[in-house]
Amino acid sequence: MRGKGEDENKDYPRPFPLPSRVGKCLRCFVELIFQGIAKAFELIVHFNPEVMGITWLSLKVSGIATFISLLIGISLGVAIALNNFYGKKIVISLINTGMGLPPVVVGLFVTIFIWRSGPFGSLGILYTPTAMIIAQAIIATPIVMGISLAAIQNLHPNLRLQILSLGASRLQMVLVLIKEAKLPLLAAVMAGFGGVISEVGASIMVGGNIKGYSRVLTTATVMETSKGNFDIAIALGIILLMLAFVINFLLTQIQQRQRLR
Amino acid sequence: MRDEIILKAEKILLQRGGVTVLDIPELAVRRGGILALIGPNGAGKSTLLLMLAGLLHPQRGRIYFQQNPVESRADFHTLRRQVSVVFQEPLLLNSAVFENVALGLKFRGLSRDAVKERVRQALDYFGIRHLEQRSAGTLSGGEAKRVSLARAFAILPKVILLDEAFNALDPPSREGIIQDLQKTLEETKTTAVLALHDREETLRLAQEVCVLHDGKILQAGPTAEIFHHPASEFVAQFVGTETILPGVIQHCVNGNVTVVVNGRRIEAVGEGGIGQKVYCCLRPENVTISRSETAKTSARNSFEARVVDVIRQGYVNKLVLDCGFPLVAYITLSSCEDLDIAPNAVVLASFKATAVHLLRRLD
Repeated sequence: MRGKGEDENKDYPRPFPLPSRVGKCLRCFVELIFQGIAKAFELIVHFNPEVMGITWLSLKVSGIATFISLLIGISLGVAIALNNFYGKKIVISLINTGMGLPPVVVGLFVTIFIWRSGPFGSLGILYTPTAMIIAQAIIATPIVMGISLAAIQNLHPNLRLQILSLGASRLQMVLVLIKEAKLPLLAAVMAGFGGVISEVGASIMVGGNIKGYSRVLTTATVMETSKGNFDIAIALGIILLMLAFVINFLLTQIQQRQRLR
Repeated sequence: MRDEIILKAEKILLQRGGVTVLDIPELAVRRGGILALIGPNGAGKSTLLLMLAGLLHPQRGRIYFQQNPVESRADFHTLRRQVSVVFQEPLLLNSAVFENVALGLKFRGLSRDAVKERVRQALDYFGIRHLEQRSAGTLSGGEAKRVSLARAFAILPKVILLDEAFNALDPPSREGIIQDLQKTLEETKTTAVLALHDREETLRLAQEVCVLHDGKILQAGPTAEIFHHPASEFVAQFVGTETILPGVIQHCVNGNVTVVVNGRRIEAVGEGGIGQKVYCCLRPENVTISRSETAKTSARNSFEARVVDVIRQGYVNKLVLDCGFPLVAYITLSSCEDLDIAPNAVVLASFKATAVHLLRRLD
């Protein structure tokens, strides 16, 4: 047993003795990871046009979806936080539930709505990036809304009266409050973007993972994994992680800089 | 001009969940005056302030600003631009002190230079020019309070409303802030309405006092009048007349009244029919303590008293005495030492008949 293992491993230094089967598996595993990293490196360094296209589309779709969700989520979240109305608690509970909306459910409903015979079928946007933006915006909006709402509610209740008493119009008051809640609102941007860039279920359902048209990093990863092309899948995964890291790093820089002031 | 009413609340009613929070038939604020709203927690002082500031709309009744009724949305906005509120908490924004003080000026779209000038001026009022570039998050409680006061004065308000502005401050910074506020109010001739619950602050700052309880005005008038002639037992207790003794008038000749309290006779000045039930109110600083009855004094009332308790209150000792009825007296720490006063000591407590304030009681 031992001799055989050593035979097989003669090209590789073994830091500590392991039962051969485990060693073999570990070796395969490490090899796979390294191949993936090497592949990712190769794809990035050589600006592989297909991968670049997929990455760019991911960024574009998720970026626009996040932007839309910020417009809707922050304005509605702030409006709900600042107004008292009957059933407010139920609305907040619904939003908080929506923060964990399963992407596949969103995908399902968006598909039904834009299906050729559905209510918005005439738009003909099924299996397009537009459909993906819509689905992702629906996923991100409750996340952004929930965090914005909590952020504004977390400010001192007298703060808005104080701002109004200094002569602010309602709009000026809201803008000052948003500026004051900048830190958690940037967290909302990160959470929203993080939620949709990594989302696959809805994107594959409404986008269709069409090569060169609606294929994004996550859907491509799913496809390559199911084909057994682990190296490409890992490469795509690494690109996705790097993308998420870079975006969050930049946002964190803004967030923490504001804090230090 | 002196008696012009700048801000008036009329027939105000506000209810929350069936409970009447405010029921104010009329409250007038004189231009240039300093009015204190006093009362216990939950009396409706803060709510009334918010209403005067145009931040809270009454369910019934009306606010008048410079004789004009405040009704439409635009009216409320105009009112909010003319008054400013300082809340109990400093409520500073997470930015530099300058930005905080400039906030109200920026809402008004003032030029950069005008903003700078006014901010500097406001900072100078409260002696915090040196904090201009500091981040608001790094300020001490007293500094933050000064910034919030400067912010309120920067917009040159016609009326400034302060809600428990000196709470949660240590005594030295509280003292400094009160002095600066007094000076600023005088200099800028700003009308002020202060919600307070401290009798000393009220005595020092207010020209007029309005005592609130459960959303209703119990008594309103010049400060001295409220303190010396409280209209009810509640007001008397609240403004700090610590000794309130129920008694019956036994004798009344030429405004010289004798009241029997627990079998002891107290002489007071006032009017009242024989047999009238009254309260004798006595402020602790009006009671003199001595060791033996030697000199003849003008004090009409002298009682042998046993010291029940000696409680230190800042720079004075509060003596709780038993002279057949309970009596509270303030004496300085040095007098306490000189007279060798300790619990169970027997002393002589005297007070002038004019120091006794009589209140009719109904029961």
